[in-house]
Formats: sequence, C-alpha cells, structure tokens
Amino acid sequence: MDAKKYFMLIAIISILFIGFLYISPKIFSDYTITVLGNIYIFIILAISYNLINGVTGQFSLEPNGFVAIGAYVTAILMLSPELKEQIYMLTEPLPLIRDVFVPNPFLALLISGFVAALVALTLAFPVFRVRGDYLAIVTLGFGFIIRIFLINTPSVSNGSMGLDSIPAFATYFWIGVVCLITVILVYNIVYSRYGRAMKSVRDDEDAALAMGVNTFNMKTIAFMTSAFFEGVGGGLLASSIGSISPDQFTFMLTFQLLIIIVLGGLGSMSGAIIGTILFLGGMEVLRPLDDNTWHFGPIHGIPGLRMVVFSILLLLIMLFARRGLLGDKEIWDYIKLRRRING
Amino acid sequence: MMDFSFVIQQIVNGFSLGSMYALIAIGYTLVYGVLRLINFAHGDIMMVGAFLTFIFVGMLTNWTFTNITMPIFLTACGLSIFFTSLVGVMTYVVAYKPLLDKDAPKISLLITAIGISFFLESLFNVISNQFFGGNYQSFYFPKWFSQIIHIGNVTIPILTIIVPIMTLLLLGVVLFILYKTKVGIAIRALAFDIQTVKLMGANSNKIIAFVFALGSALAAIGGISYAMAYPSIDPYMGILVGLKAFAAAVVGGIGSVTGAVIGGFILGFVEVAIPGFFPELGGWKDAFAFILLIFVLLFKPTGIMGIDFERQRF
Repeated sequence: MDAKKYFMLIAIISILFIGFLYISPKIFSDYTITVLGNIYIFIILAISYNLINGVTGQFSLEPNGFVAIGAYVTAILMLSPELKEQIYMLTEPLPLIRDVFVPNPFLALLISGFVAALVALTLAFPVFRVRGDYLAIVTLGFGFIIRIFLINTPSVSNGSMGLDSIPAFATYFWIGVVCLITVILVYNIVYSRYGRAMKSVRDDEDAALAMGVNTFNMKTIAFMTSAFFEGVGGGLLASSIGSISPDQFTFMLTFQLLIIIVLGGLGSMSGAIIGTILFLGGMEVLRPLDDNTWHFGPIHGIPGLRMVVFSILLLLIMLFARRGLLGDKEIWDYIKLRRRING
Repeated sequence: MMDFSFVIQQIVNGFSLGSMYALIAIGYTLVYGVLRLINFAHGDIMMVGAFLTFIFVGMLTNWTFTNITMPIFLTACGLSIFFTSLVGVMTYVVAYKPLLDKDAPKISLLITAIGISFFLESLFNVISNQFFGGNYQSFYFPKWFSQIIHIGNVTIPILTIIVPIMTLLLLGVVLFILYKTKVGIAIRALAFDIQTVKLMGANSNKIIAFVFALGSALAAIGGISYAMAYPSIDPYMGILVGLKAFAAAVVGGIGSVTGAVIGGFILGFVEVAIPGFFPELGGWKDAFAFILLIFVLLFKPTGIMGIDFERQRF
C-alpha cells in the first residue's frame, strides 16, 4: 500500500470513528455510553500492554504500576494549588507538589506519559541487562512498591485517602479521540522498522543480535512506549472516575489486561481491541455471578465467582487455543487471505 | 534503647521470618532449576497449605476451633502437607505439562502460571466467603507454641525458635535427597540437560512431578509457620510472601538450594532489622525485597551462590 492510499484510509477511519463518537450519545443509553468509554480506556491500555508482551515477547506485569503513576501525575497537575490545600488532609503537600499546576488536559496527559516512561527507563536498565524472566517479577514487585509509596508519602499522594475532585475533562468524546490517536500511533510503531526489530527480538533473540539489532535498546524502547501510553490511559481513568486511591490500582487490573491480550491473540493489535470488547462485554454479562441474590437452578451467585470463571477461561485459552482469536496476525490479514483464495 | 538484648531479639526475629521465606524460596529454586520457569503459583501453594490446615483443624474439632490438642494439630498439618503437594503436582500435570509437551514458547508457560495463581486465589476467596464468612480468618493452633521463654531481658516465643531449627533440618533433608539418592541424581541431571535425560530412558515427568511435590510440601510448611506467626490467613496472603521469597531465591542465587536458604535469611534480617533500628521506615517494609532484588540484578545477577546457568545447578 503506498503512502497516499494509507493516509486516505487512516483519514476515512478517523472521520467515521469521530462521527460515531458524535452520534452515539444520542442513540445509546447512559449506561452503554459509560461502558463504551471504559472500553476505549481499556483499548489504550491493552494495545500498549500488547506492545511489550505480544510484539516484543518480554513477559511483563507492569500496567497497574504505570496506570497508577499516570493517574496520580494527571491528578496532581490538574488540581489547582488552593484545591490541593483543602484535599491534603494528613499533612501539608510538598511545595513543589502544591504549586505545580497545568490546567491544559492534553499537556497534563503528555506529562503523565513522560513521567511513566522515565520510570520505565530506570526499571529497564537493571532488568534487561540480564536475560531471563526477571522482568515479570520486577514489574510485579514494582506494582507493590508504587502502592507502598503512595500510601507512605502523604505529602505527595495524600496517602491512603487518595485524591478527589479531579477535573472531569475526560468526557466520552475526548476519551474516544485519545483512543483513536493511540491506536494510530501504536499501529505505526508496530508496522515500522522498530516494530519489525521488536518482533525479531521476540522470535529469536540470538538471531536478532546477529542481524545487528540492538536488542537491549529495542526492549527498552518497547517498554518505555508501553509505559507512556499506560500513563496516558491512567490519566484518562483518573479524570473519568474523578477520584483515585492506591487501592484502585491492584494486580487485578494487570490480570484483566493479560486476559484481554491473550484472548485476542498475543501480538495482534486488532486482537487486543476485539479482546477488550469481548472481555468487558463478558464482565457485564457475567455480573450476576457475583450477586448473592441471583440463581440459576442449583447454581447461585457468590461474590468473587466471576474471577474464578475468568481465570479458568485464561487457562483454557492457554492450554487449548494458545494463539487466541487472531494469533499474531491482524484481522485484515485474514480478509486479504480470504480474497486471495477466492480470487 | 539500643542495648544488647534488643539486638539479640532482632536477630532471633530475623531468623524466624527468614526461615519462612527460605522454605518457600527452596520450591522456587528447585522448579526454576529444572524447568527454567518462575512458578508464579508457588506463593499461592503456600496459601493453600495454610488454608487447608485451617480447614482440617476445623474438621477435626467439629468446627469449634477450641481445645486443639497437639495430635489434632499435627494430624491436620500432615494432611494439609499431603494435599498441598497433591495440588502442586496437579498444577504441573494440568497447566505446565501439556504446554511443555507441545514445546510452547516460554511466555505461554508464564501466563498459565499467572492463571493458576489467580485461579487458586479466587477459588479460596469464594470458599472463604461462602463457608467462613469473609476473607480474613484467624488461624488457630495449640497454646503450647505461643509459650514465651525468658533469657535475660530477651523474650522469645517458642515458635520463633522451632521454625529456624525445622528449616535447617529440612534443608539437610533436601540436600540429602538431591545428593545421596537416586531421584536426587535424576533431578540434578534434569536440571543439567532435560533432552539427554529423556534419551537415557528416565521418566522425566515423574521426576518433575516429584520436584513439584517436594517444593509444595516445603511451601505448605512455610505457610503453616507464617500463619502461626501472624495468626490470620486470607486468600491473597501468598502473593506478597511468594514474591518476596522469589526475590530471596534470586538474591541467594537462583538454582541453588543453599543459596535460597541464605537469601531467605538475609531478607528476613533486612525486613526485621531496618524497621527495628529505623522505626520511621516501618511502612516501607514490603518494598525492601524488591529494592534488594533490583540491586542484585544490577551488580551480581547470579546471586550470592553465583551459579552459572550454563554449567552447574543446585
């Protein structure tokens, strides 16, 4: 596909999607719109998580940590100094934390992303020096450290009280727009020279090294890019919920994203998007399982049963359909293949 | 008040906490040595051990949890250790073996490991909520364990002495199995080169299953001692302890059993001593393990026992 055609395609898709964003609040109920907004945020998180886990093949469990960083940075940047004086009840906020004020939401989201990427760089340095699966354990521990940090430094994060009255700039429309921009950016990374180098690291690290790919740099770039978009997603999450606390960003969030990208097929962007829609839809459909009053014949709902079902689902996918729905291909690859066979 | 007895007290507590980490770290190191797999479910196996003990104690006392005599408690522990190692073997047979047979990429194994871990947590969460009302359960055990010994100014609960002694005895047993028995030779051979062992006609599945059983039994003992030290259990207690134990195994040198025990003791000392001498750092206790892990990865990735993975294991 030549460049002109490609830009046309992206422009058409963007216009169609923005049109959908305009029309959908008029068609659907408020409940559906809330679920859809949630789906857009999770698409941002899932495709960026897929970049390190699926495309580069480095097993990592980081999203909850970076989402927390993004959410807190956005909240701190967007709250005005006077408001912070009121919110920080345990101790006085640090002067730097109190005075920093960025009322522009897009700038705040960008800064959140950059802070997350910077933290990712400091983590990547010790981890990627050694081969092996240390990334998984370090990132899992990192999620805990972030939580401990947020609880124990009330002058930065207001401790376990969390932050509230965050400006609600992340309306349904703007979440959709950021999601669209993220999808286009990540798509361009995955199908660029860098994306091919990342895939070569996944498929055979020794061969990639022999071909002159700097595997350390590639892993670090992929990890930082993931962290950047997870930070942005965290900022959107903070603004759309309005209040945040350390307990919101537990390992559960990472686990949900893991199920999503495994369901869609590791390494496939359209898979991650379809996985998000199926998973969040499934969560809504299976909601009665957590409800004590619901019953179906002898089966009745128990709080927590939903997660048992989802963990069994993850195991079944891994054991019997390891490639997920789409494998590491995109949905249009299958359409092209079909056309070639038919024509 | 930094007097001598305070220091002794801290050392004893460090030993006791460290031995729990050590017991769990041995399981990580054994599985990692044989399969090169971080068994994420191992921390939850420890939780299963503690929870099953709680359930068996309940069964044997008709759910009254009173008048727990020593024989009842030890029977419950024995049953729990047996069933926990069964759960450990089941995780291997159900979740890892099919993927290993298919020669699946490493990342699939890690994802199933996370899946098993989350499955055990949410399963016991449902059990705990449904039958015992709530997540947190207090752990009941004979009063004998909480007796306190006075040596000078130092007060030591009996439990804090028993656990380290037991750990060292168990380390001896594991080392004996690894170096003096036929199955131990097989395990070391598997760690060295799994393909060649299969070609020699050894049943690698049986040996790996034995490794999982051994690791899970030790994790169950660690879980029981942990539950007795902090007399409460919950379905998610295994995550953090398991992660810290893995950090301990890496600090000691992953792949080495002695290293795992040394790493466990170091972590135990760090976690007890730093809040002991600098009380203002108390809230950060849970972060030390990972900071230690990152430093080890930066400066000596092979850990203290310094095992070179391409040459030698255990």
